[in-house]
Amino acid sequence: MNIFASPVGMVHYLMVGAVLFVCGIACMATKRNILGVLMGIELVLNGANLNFVAFSAKALVKESTMGIGLEGTVIALFVIALAAAEAAVALAIALSFYHTHATVDVDRGQELKG
Amino acid sequence: MDVDLWLPRLLALAWLTPLASFAVILFFGPRLGRSGRYAAQLATVAVGLSCLLSFAALGIWLLHYPLSAAHGAHEPAAQRALCGEWYLLCAFGKLRFVISYYIDALTLAMFCMVTLVALCIHVYSWGYMAEELQEVTDALAPLSDGQPLRRKGRYCRFFQWLSLFCFSMLGLVVAGNLAMVFVFWELVGICSYLLIGFWYERRSAAYAASKAFIVNRVGDCGMLVGLMILLSGLGTLSFGVYYIRDEQGRSVLQAGIFSQVRPARSDFQLQVPDGLVRMSAWREVLKILGAHGGNTAAAEKVISEKLPDWRKSGYGYGLLLLAGLGVFCGCVGKSAQFPLHVWLPDAMEGPTPVSALIHAATMVAAGVYLVGRFYPAFTPEVLLIIAVVGCVTLLLAGTIALTATDIKRVLAYSTVSQLGFMMLALGLGGWLAGVFHLLTHAFFKALLFLCAGSVIHACGVNEMPCFGGLRRKMPITAWTMLIGCLAITGAGIPTLIGLSGFYSKDLILSQGFSFWSANPGLGGWFFFGALLGACLTACYMFRLWYLTFSGTPRDAHIYQHAHESPRVMSVPLVVLALLAATVGWKAPGTDWSLRTLLEQACPPGVEKGLSHGWYWPAVTLPAEKPAHEYYTAVIVEWSAFLVALIGFLAATVIYGMRKLDPAVIRRYFAPLYSLFWHKWWFDELYGLLFVRPVLKLSLLAAAIDRHVWDRLADGSARAVAALARFDDYFDRRLVDGAVNLLARWTQASAYRLRRLQTGNLHSYILWLAAGLIGLFVLLTLYWNYTMAGI
Repeated sequence: MNIFASPVGMVHYLMVGAVLFVCGIACMATKRNILGVLMGIELVLNGANLNFVAFSAKALVKESTMGIGLEGTVIALFVIALAAAEAAVALAIALSFYHTHATVDVDRGQELKG
Repeated sequence: MDVDLWLPRLLALAWLTPLASFAVILFFGPRLGRSGRYAAQLATVAVGLSCLLSFAALGIWLLHYPLSAAHGAHEPAAQRALCGEWYLLCAFGKLRFVISYYIDALTLAMFCMVTLVALCIHVYSWGYMAEELQEVTDALAPLSDGQPLRRKGRYCRFFQWLSLFCFSMLGLVVAGNLAMVFVFWELVGICSYLLIGFWYERRSAAYAASKAFIVNRVGDCGMLVGLMILLSGLGTLSFGVYYIRDEQGRSVLQAGIFSQVRPARSDFQLQVPDGLVRMSAWREVLKILGAHGGNTAAAEKVISEKLPDWRKSGYGYGLLLLAGLGVFCGCVGKSAQFPLHVWLPDAMEGPTPVSALIHAATMVAAGVYLVGRFYPAFTPEVLLIIAVVGCVTLLLAGTIALTATDIKRVLAYSTVSQLGFMMLALGLGGWLAGVFHLLTHAFFKALLFLCAGSVIHACGVNEMPCFGGLRRKMPITAWTMLIGCLAITGAGIPTLIGLSGFYSKDLILSQGFSFWSANPGLGGWFFFGALLGACLTACYMFRLWYLTFSGTPRDAHIYQHAHESPRVMSVPLVVLALLAATVGWKAPGTDWSLRTLLEQACPPGVEKGLSHGWYWPAVTLPAEKPAHEYYTAVIVEWSAFLVALIGFLAATVIYGMRKLDPAVIRRYFAPLYSLFWHKWWFDELYGLLFVRPVLKLSLLAAAIDRHVWDRLADGSARAVAALARFDDYFDRRLVDGAVNLLARWTQASAYRLRRLQTGNLHSYILWLAAGLIGLFVLLTLYWNYTMAGI
């Protein structure tokens, strides 16, 4: 099946999510700058968010007595809030790291190795 | 006043007061004043109180049963003795073990004598034992490095044992059954053991204490046999008959020994009790029971009809004889009679007041007392054996006393000899004579011992060759001891008046004389033996007195340091001297005397004499009354006076006036002297016969122990140790090993895994990605919808 020819559906969303995720992973794996790593984390989270939203599409959700059909969307909102909180904490760590090491290179911080 | 009620209470109080003093000193002794000095006062007050109570009891008794010369012969026994129980220990059916009493004039006389003599000895001990108040240096008990032993004084312990001794003796005297007698008998024995071994650091004292104890056990063995025969044959050990209340509250008669051995219906003549006859004729009894099948009532009727026939044909007589011999065997040990006399002279190792107490009032008196108490149950054969033993003892001890040089040993052998006199008298049928001599002897022997103690206290040695001329240094001791010597010799004007020993010794001799008249021929040996004994008594007693008090000092150093004893010691001497002189006299204005008091206690039937024993029917034990008739008394008293005079003159010529040199006489009679000096070789003989074999046997037993039993024990111990070692190995290697292996493996893998945590963020993320990819691969390959449950 040619995905470029078919109308936008589930698979396209998942593809975009996967690309975002892999980009995030690659960014985290390659960047030595701590801020770059943080950005990679944001990408990974948002890739996952995209999947949540995609799977909460009306057609996929089974009729249920418990839910109201917004579970995926709500989780995506939670993840966004979480990402914001995580960014705040991570930036504080980055600042502190800079204070102690006078750099933002993550390879320089290896004090906690086993 | 109700005499049945109050007399037992008074005597119980008199009996238990020394026990209370013992208990107080035992628990609080060292805290009574500085180093326990008030223990002496406490013990003395206790024994003084019991003395007062005893005399009060005697007074009450005399008010109720006044003495008269003709009293006694025709009155039933029950009226002259109070029997009853104080306390029930345990009862098994009809068999009862009780604290009971048997009170008659003899009991009261003994109570007064024991407490009075003990009181004097207690007061005397204040002075004599005073050095025990400080720390004592005992040169006679050297330590292993040759230095004399230094130890704390044992003042209060001495009085503690004295109190227990008095309590035990009083318990023995008041006891109403043989089981109780036996208990206090042993208590007296243990007290003497403790006091003879008072200076137990001295080897000789420890040895003497053990010897006294062991020799007494030999006698007690026989006594137990006698007790068992009586208990199984008669079903009771009680002396007298009395009423008790059973569980239902009914009055029941408690059987006694005396009422069965000498029943009132046969006029108190000795007869074998039914129980013993039945026990002896067990074959016939079984036959009759078998013939009647199950009808026991009918069988019992036949048996009771047959009993008199069996008795006539001698059934049970041997058992009665054996029981009497057994009881006498105990008395032989306690009263130091012939085969078992060896312990008493060694008992001199104790402090002198103890010797006085043992020899006068308590230990050795117990044996004679029991023979007197148990007298109604002795058969003529037993009595004759008692007489023979007594006669042998009195001569044996008298001869040894002639050569002994230790002042206390002379007195010890004189005690053995006097005890022989008592036994001889009792054995010849002279109940009154024997018991009377027991009481008079107590006073003068206590006096003699305390005088000897006073001399030893002043001089520090026991050996008479070191004394001489002490009369001038210590006059009170010398003159009181002279009174004691005269009393034990039996000095007096024949048929008129004399010191206490005069009356009792003449009674013994006249009993011997009337035995001779009743049994012409061999019967005379006892009389002449007793006369010879009296002669020896006079000789060795005055030898002692002359060697100690007269002549010139033989050891100037000792003489210079000698001094009269303090008042606390000399006053008891004077009191005892007065008693020793007067105790045989009649109370002024009456014909009451110690003798009439004891006559009242004479067991019914005994005063008639005894004859026709089963085995030796020819022997007749004469009644006591004819022995005291005037013409007998004249002959006997004059002969006694003469032999005593001979003994006295011999001692005076040799030791007083020094006309003959003792060394020359010694050389003339060298073999005889050697025999007497070595105490007839009895210690050596017993050493050879008993001590050495026993030692050999114990060495053998020790060897068996060491080589057999110890090996076995060691082997099993070693096996257990090996098993334990194996167990230990198993634990360490297997159990601990498994646990350690797990731990070591965990540790090793942890060390290996830690290398993964590199601290490099990139590598973590790579791992993360790799894991994710791996997860995807797995899901792709193996996951399907059924796994999700859709």
